[in-house]
Amino acid sequence: MSLHPDYKEKYKYKWTNLPYLTLSGLEPLILTPETNFVNIGERTNVAGSKLFLRLINENKFDEALSVAREQVENGAQIIDINMDDGLIDGKAAMVKFLKLIAAEPDIARVPIMIDSSKWEIIEAGLQNVQGKSIVNSISLKEGEKQFIEQATKILNYGAAVIVMAFDEVGQADSFERRIEICEKSYRVLVDKVGVPPQDIIFDPNIFPVATGMEEHRKNALDFFRATRWIRENLPGAHVSGGVSNVSFSFRGNNAVREAMHSAFLYHAINEGMDMGIVNPSMLEIYDNIPKDLLERVEDVLLDRREDATERLLDFAESVVATAKTIKQDDEWRSLSIQEKITHALVKGIADFIEIDVEEARQNVPKPINVIEQHLMNGMNVVGDLFGSGKMFLPQVVKSARVMKKAVAYLLPFIEQEKGQARSASGKVLLATVKGDVHDIGKNIVGVVLACNNYEVIDLGVMTPLNKIIETAKAEKVDIIGLSGLITPSLDEMVYVAKEMEKEGMSIPLLIGGATTSKVHTAVKIDQHYTNGQAVYVLDASRSVTVVENLLGDKKTAFVQNIKEEYERLRETYSKRQQTKEVLNLAEARRNKYKIDWKVNPPQQSNFVGTKTFSDYSLKEIAEFIDWTPFFKTWELAGKYPRILEDEIVGNEAKRVFADAQQMLKQIIAEKWLQANAVIGIWEANTVNDDTIFVYENGNKIGQLHQLRQQSKKAANVPNISLADFIAPKESGLKDYVGGFAVTTGIGIEKQIARFEADHDDYNSILLKALADRLAEAFAELMHQKVRKEIWGYAANETLGNDDLIKEKYVGIRPAPGYPACPNHTLKTDLFQLLDATNKTGIELTESLAMYPTAAVSGMYFAHPEAKYFGVGKIEKDQLEAYTEANKLNDEIAERWLGSVLGY
Amino acid sequence: MKNIREELKKRILLLDGAMGTMIQQYKLTEEDFRGERFKNHECSLKGNNDILSITKPEVIKEIHRKYLEVGADIIETNSFGSTSVAQADYQLQDAVYDINYACAKIAKEVADEFTQKTPEKPRFVAGSIGPTTKLASMSPDVNDPGFRNISFDELRIAFKEQAKGLIEGGSDLLLVETITDTLNAKAALLAINEIQQELNTNLPVMISGTITDASGRTLSGQTTEAFLISVQHSKPLSIGLNCALGAAALRPYLQILRNKSDFAVSAHPNAGLPNEMGEYDQTPEQMAAQIKVFLEEGLVDIVGGCCGTTPAHIKAIAELVESLPNPSERGAFPTHKAS
Repeated sequence: MSLHPDYKEKYKYKWTNLPYLTLSGLEPLILTPETNFVNIGERTNVAGSKLFLRLINENKFDEALSVAREQVENGAQIIDINMDDGLIDGKAAMVKFLKLIAAEPDIARVPIMIDSSKWEIIEAGLQNVQGKSIVNSISLKEGEKQFIEQATKILNYGAAVIVMAFDEVGQADSFERRIEICEKSYRVLVDKVGVPPQDIIFDPNIFPVATGMEEHRKNALDFFRATRWIRENLPGAHVSGGVSNVSFSFRGNNAVREAMHSAFLYHAINEGMDMGIVNPSMLEIYDNIPKDLLERVEDVLLDRREDATERLLDFAESVVATAKTIKQDDEWRSLSIQEKITHALVKGIADFIEIDVEEARQNVPKPINVIEQHLMNGMNVVGDLFGSGKMFLPQVVKSARVMKKAVAYLLPFIEQEKGQARSASGKVLLATVKGDVHDIGKNIVGVVLACNNYEVIDLGVMTPLNKIIETAKAEKVDIIGLSGLITPSLDEMVYVAKEMEKEGMSIPLLIGGATTSKVHTAVKIDQHYTNGQAVYVLDASRSVTVVENLLGDKKTAFVQNIKEEYERLRETYSKRQQTKEVLNLAEARRNKYKIDWKVNPPQQSNFVGTKTFSDYSLKEIAEFIDWTPFFKTWELAGKYPRILEDEIVGNEAKRVFADAQQMLKQIIAEKWLQANAVIGIWEANTVNDDTIFVYENGNKIGQLHQLRQQSKKAANVPNISLADFIAPKESGLKDYVGGFAVTTGIGIEKQIARFEADHDDYNSILLKALADRLAEAFAELMHQKVRKEIWGYAANETLGNDDLIKEKYVGIRPAPGYPACPNHTLKTDLFQLLDATNKTGIELTESLAMYPTAAVSGMYFAHPEAKYFGVGKIEKDQLEAYTEANKLNDEIAERWLGSVLGY
Repeated sequence: MKNIREELKKRILLLDGAMGTMIQQYKLTEEDFRGERFKNHECSLKGNNDILSITKPEVIKEIHRKYLEVGADIIETNSFGSTSVAQADYQLQDAVYDINYACAKIAKEVADEFTQKTPEKPRFVAGSIGPTTKLASMSPDVNDPGFRNISFDELRIAFKEQAKGLIEGGSDLLLVETITDTLNAKAALLAINEIQQELNTNLPVMISGTITDASGRTLSGQTTEAFLISVQHSKPLSIGLNCALGAAALRPYLQILRNKSDFAVSAHPNAGLPNEMGEYDQTPEQMAAQIKVFLEEGLVDIVGGCCGTTPAHIKAIAELVESLPNPSERGAFPTHKAS
């Protein structure tokens, strides 16, 4: 039964004279001889979870906490926390996360595993856990002296320790090296440092198998044997490891990976491994592994045959190939009608759906039954797979397309039979608010909700207040969901909430979209809607849970929780407001960013005036695309191109990327979209510190008023305004400012209409996302053209796309509505100067959103010291200066600047 | 100097009672607290009991003497709040070492008087280390759970300074007590470990936590057993509970400490729970009756009193301990623990 020749039976704990390994969070965790296996949660690890990395990167610690909580709820007995990433301040992130966990009893109840390759992070972690944790890990890698120092500290901090089988020679990769290093480490820890033997946990290196490399053939077997040897020969010591490593070479083939993990654990536990970092969702039940697959997996793990790797690889390919063959050969067509419909929905195959739905309709009393039974059964499978992370958003959108097509086919039949109403779980009204034209996110929410059997009434974009209220009443909807991307939409949402209150409505109000936030919802919206509940929804995948909770029997508790949470947010917010230190505008201006114009004079321009570019080559533009945000649209987290190889979302990213490439070709070849741009460069000087006066032949033709940071800064840190980057009038120097407006969205409606007629949300969203990317690429391209040719201050610049994405060029192109110039009204000034609407076809809505949405506008600043920054909150005195300079009244100005007012 | 580990094997050791309660009876004035040394100090010092070890040593010595007279084996130094963190309230951070040194020195002088009189009953001085006024694993701001008003390292440095004074002043052991936040205690234990290495000493350490609610958890949320697991690496002489609840309520948690650890177990509860006026009114007899249960069940090896207890209470407990059979018959206390 043992894989180690010296032992026979399953490992049985024999060091009963020693105390048990005891660990603690708020509650104890004790490893007794009866403890079969301790499951260590792996998802709060930036190195292993893209989602967690993104949350930490974006400083979304609340959500990061949810990841931890979910793991504990799902049975993790210890949680491993790792913040080792090049772009993260790992020590700060570790400390912050541990402090936050300390305040969450349902997480803090379990012990923490402090995981880092950096000692300073480990030590910072140890200083922030009250319980007895585990350090992961130390080793003899840097020599015995350092090993002893670190082990001594760990002992004095009161933690258990994972020791990697690693020494100065290298990482142990054979049975002999594993036991040699582990024994050496054990003796040092026990004899020289005085570590209690039971507090030592060895990680004898789980390495990938079936890599094709001869020297990797015994990787698993050597681990099993080393595990056994350690547990038989090093009194009290435990064995742990990161299991998913073993199947590394089968990334993308989850069937094989899951089987491999289970089989690996089965044997490792048998040999005495009693802890492990495991992803429970990547584990097949050992007994459920198909016998032929198990045999090949075990052949590999146990190195039972010369050709084990080849056989498993062939088999793995055949698993994939079989799936493909079925699709191509339409073998699934011979399944039962329900299975066919489910298959079509899960796989997003629309080709046969009408035939199948017709067949189903023949077999039920009423056409509506097909929706209620066959289609809903199928969509429930989709919903479950999505909910458990086994399907990704692009796939779900494809499923929805099939669903819509099926429903469209059935509708005429249903209408024939009067009096039938489809029983949806609830009715949700969705709208992008007045003045805003962005709808990708809203559409995704609509699709996801529809997939979960909610009837969705989508009022589209630029929806006026009264239309929302009237439709909600007429249709007796259960929930209203508002979306918006630009900052003025935030206020529009407040108006909707106030109006709903006035109308005595009490249905829940969902708030979503890029500029919305939980704090804004709590502080600005929730308070105006006391009859009902306003709820912030982070993204599409959350919408279902939120709607379910709001319409289900747990509503009271759910709403109560939200109310409490929002109350806390409001308190924190108002506290923060009270404690901030601000300067008055005069002080802020005195502390402006000072360019030494003598040393660094303005960049003279080769050209003044405006230039128009009509029907620009899309092919050329496409070369400038930054793909990373494209994946973000699909809620796939990761940087391009790495994302394509991502362990979790890689396959799906590849698929949607391939679809995008395909469509991009069509867009270019069939001229779906037209790209227009206008750029301008004018003589300019700053007047009264904050206003950029724009001149033509010495006459003022317009102005661009800028906002200035007003929060109190540390010594020698300026209060910046974009105006600081233009030479002031009194300097007597000739300077320039530029402006641009580009779009790649002309003609998009026709294509979108075509997709929507076909109920094809997937391609509709794909096209909008691509158009957005092209617009950004076009802005990048024009900026380069301006730098190198038109303005010409960087004629010798040679930067590749990566460098452009990283903004390595000289000068900036801030856009109105973004942090450096939050005032959207600048767009009006800019459009006037550029005559942008006539030259490009881009229109400004009443909320100053650009239409088509695939458009970018902004200013050019060429000075080498020009940089991006955030204006932050401004005070009343600056608002007054702003109204003065722009000849607005206070109320209107307050509305435009609502999101940056600090008073 | 007799070894306290040896004494523990022979008998149940008696800890003293409250210091603050006793000091109150002297009705000391601001001038008394200031004494000569701090007569020009910028802020009020009244209520800073620890400073009396410098400014009114005769009062503190008298209180120690009263406890020793009724039979206390271990007296606690008057240094509960003598860290730079807690003394910051009185702007006396600079005097922290001196206060601790004085606290230990005067306690030791009195203890030695008694040891000389009855060498067969040696008396010990435990340097008292309180939790400070700030917590390392809890936010003082309910709206900002990630905030802390003190770091582990700041605590470690403060405790180290305190422990240095206590050790150099002559303490026989150290007592980390009234632990509400285990992370604070871990900082203290690490500091003690460091300073003992630097001074090349090996004083035993007593650890005593505080259960603040009826669910048996510390203020920072740990169960009694989790607390034990979190501090056991320091290999203390004893682990126990003090303050907060009265004696009766401590029983189930003392059972956990007794059953789950090999260390001696201590208890020094309050004289019941405070009444509406914040006073403790459990009589010595009432308290002794509750402690009797601990002793009969063999739950404790060191016993004494915390808030509200007086020499009369300790006397009552001393008589109780006297009445017990000799320790070899106690049975409950494992003999291999003193390794």
